[in-house]
Amino acid sequence: MFAQKISETAGASAPASTAKLPLRLKINGKDVAVEVDTRTTLLDFLREDLHLTGSKKGCDHGQCGACTVLVNGRRINSCLSLAIVHDGEEVTTIEGLANGEQLHPVQAAFVEHDGFQCGYCTPGQICSAVACIKEGHVKSDDEIREWMSGNLCRCGAYPNIVDAIKDAAAKSA
Amino acid sequence: MNPFTYTRAADPQQATQATAANASAKFLAGGTNLIDLMKMGVERPTQLVDLNRLPLAQIEELPNGGGVRIGALARNSDVAEHALIVQRYPVLSQALLAGASPQLRNLATTGGNLLQRTRCYYFYDPAFPQCNKRQPGSGCGALNGFNRIHAILGQSEQCIATNPSDMNVALAALDAVVQVQGAKGTRSIAFADFHRLPENTPNIDTNLQADELITAVDLPALPFATRSHYLKVRDRASYAFALVSVAAALDIQNGKINAARVALGGVAHKPWRAQKAEAALVGKTADEKTFRAAAEAELAAAKGYKHNSFKIELAKRAIVRALRTVAQMT
Repeated sequence: MFAQKISETAGASAPASTAKLPLRLKINGKDVAVEVDTRTTLLDFLREDLHLTGSKKGCDHGQCGACTVLVNGRRINSCLSLAIVHDGEEVTTIEGLANGEQLHPVQAAFVEHDGFQCGYCTPGQICSAVACIKEGHVKSDDEIREWMSGNLCRCGAYPNIVDAIKDAAAKSA
Repeated sequence: MNPFTYTRAADPQQATQATAANASAKFLAGGTNLIDLMKMGVERPTQLVDLNRLPLAQIEELPNGGGVRIGALARNSDVAEHALIVQRYPVLSQALLAGASPQLRNLATTGGNLLQRTRCYYFYDPAFPQCNKRQPGSGCGALNGFNRIHAILGQSEQCIATNPSDMNVALAALDAVVQVQGAKGTRSIAFADFHRLPENTPNIDTNLQADELITAVDLPALPFATRSHYLKVRDRASYAFALVSVAAALDIQNGKINAARVALGGVAHKPWRAQKAEAALVGKTADEKTFRAAAEAELAAAKGYKHNSFKIELAKRAIVRALRTVAQMT
């Protein structure tokens, strides 16, 4: 662990400058070792530092779900979590789901069922759906709607999103 | 976001030493509220003490019969689906699942949820000049502003904000105990004494001291809590804060109410334990008339403002519906 030890900083007045600390992550299967401004959210780190722009900044306040990624297999809002907190963890973004040219089954189902219109919320929807299926929260349309409620779609593609998730869940069962 | 020093606490003692030494240091757990408030400029800590590596995420049975201890870092999603919680305290599981979204619940912790801050618009956006909670002495923008989501019970002229948590409402009904550790040692805080009413110091949400770290929440044994329910009324079906919510549990024997637990959310500066309603229920027949009388007793002291007076009748009907739901459970 590379963060400063508490004992070294306790009592000291806080520095006015920005602080960079070393950060190691596994992102979409690849090891990444960099220095990061401690204020950087995981979303900004992915988009601005690593140029993985699939994860989208919609509201930046945890209200829309466009920034949803998987950390150690669990879905989170990457806009409300600092990158530095995830030192040593595994992150999967929309860029990491496909196997080469072969789409992930949930990606394929979204294409097949036309689960989007403008596409801006789609990377978050798909990451969230992958976790939703893994969690087992896909036993009915109502359950899918409730457990996907953290992902807004302003185009209103919800019926097709539910169909896509149902289909992908059935195929993966 | 303002610059800050980032440190990781190796143990709870290190964490509390850091906050005892720096008044503008903050603990960081899930971050779903704190990071957002830092983006808004409402919170400007000079130091973040990351708690996420502390071994405080367990959910386990308490010794001596029936209770459960929830570690402060147990995530809302894990608490909601834990067998001990689902079986013994369904009202808590339901309250957690009614809150936020799956993504947020995967980050949000038990300790952090206890310290969640109000979603009053005038507090959350520093562009508004008036907020006694954010800037003591500046006034209350909500009092004569848009106050549809605001308090109807226990408020003061200084602040009419509400506590936004669902989890807290269930914990109030369950008489939870908050375990804390400070620079001077550990102590237990009864749930009713944890959060504060605004009075003349709405800037202080809780009775937690600056250096104190929440380590766990204890749920005492409550056998009749297997018959409990959380009802949340909101502007859309999911992923929205409560306008009014009710946590209820009833002990019914031969049609008579032996004991009752009722708490309300969305109506006050703290999770509102409805003791007047409980007193009106005990010893009575578990029927619609009793439920309505209990609701009337609790809301007798309610006061509405320009946009939120609807909450008074809404709270009464929500209490009746929640109690009816519990009474119909077998």
